[in-house]
Amino acid sequence: MRWVMPTYKAGADGRHMQERPPLKDETRIPIQKDQDIVAARQKGRVLAQRLGFSNSNLTLIATAISELARNILLYAKTGEMTLGILEDHGRDGLVVVARDSGPGIADIARAMQMGYSTSGSLGLGLPGVKRLMDDFEIVSKAGRGTTVTATKWRR
Amino acid sequence: MAVPILKQGAYLIASVQSALTDADLLELRNALVEMVGRYRSRGVIVDVTAMDVMDSFASRTLRDIAHMIRLRGAETVIVGIQPEVAFTMVQLGLTLEGVATALDLEEGLAFLDRGAKKMGRVVGATG
Repeated sequence: MRWVMPTYKAGADGRHMQERPPLKDETRIPIQKDQDIVAARQKGRVLAQRLGFSNSNLTLIATAISELARNILLYAKTGEMTLGILEDHGRDGLVVVARDSGPGIADIARAMQMGYSTSGSLGLGLPGVKRLMDDFEIVSKAGRGTTVTATKWRR
Repeated sequence: MAVPILKQGAYLIASVQSALTDADLLELRNALVEMVGRYRSRGVIVDVTAMDVMDSFASRTLRDIAHMIRLRGAETVIVGIQPEVAFTMVQLGLTLEGVATALDLEEGLAFLDRGAKKMGRVVGATG
């Protein structure tokens, strides 16, 4: 499980750099209102179903997407989710990228602690998503935004 | 209203029919808290069998519903949490502590009837 902790990667222009290979069947969903949370998790479920994930995993993935999309609304107001399939040495993974240009997370280590939250919610969002998915990476810079990338591998 | 609420005797039954937005969940909460007073209901059943996802917001709102209804003097039971939803909730640490749950609508009604009997009331779903 990868968790890039207090580091952030920013290109010369200040934008996050893409390091992973391109995703197959990439879908982008703008997150601007609470209906978009439902749309994102439903699209994720359909994509995961096509990959052959079990029912339990479909629910795990849809729930992780729901949490990440809500974080965007709560903390950054708007952002975007990208869903797609990643092929890596013969195995397929469903990749969820939640990206925003919001205030960023000043203390990622603290945000990853169970129960911590700055918005008065349960604060289970990020550590919860990390537990639901296989790979989890968070890149954030104060004032520049946050990108969370989470992958579930089909076994 | 995204969730239809039926009045059945002394109980209110809210059956989630589809995926709910955060706004839908808050609307359900407010409607139930108000209707318990309007119909002088003794119990509330929220049937979540059709819910696709029980994330932290949905879970917290259901807990809020149960606690608010209790403060209004009635009992709430959540029914129909599916196995994969239960699995995900546990992974997230969402245990709905202090909230009554039952397998399905039938068990939920039985739970409320038992509570009513204990209180010495005759307020079954048909009564």
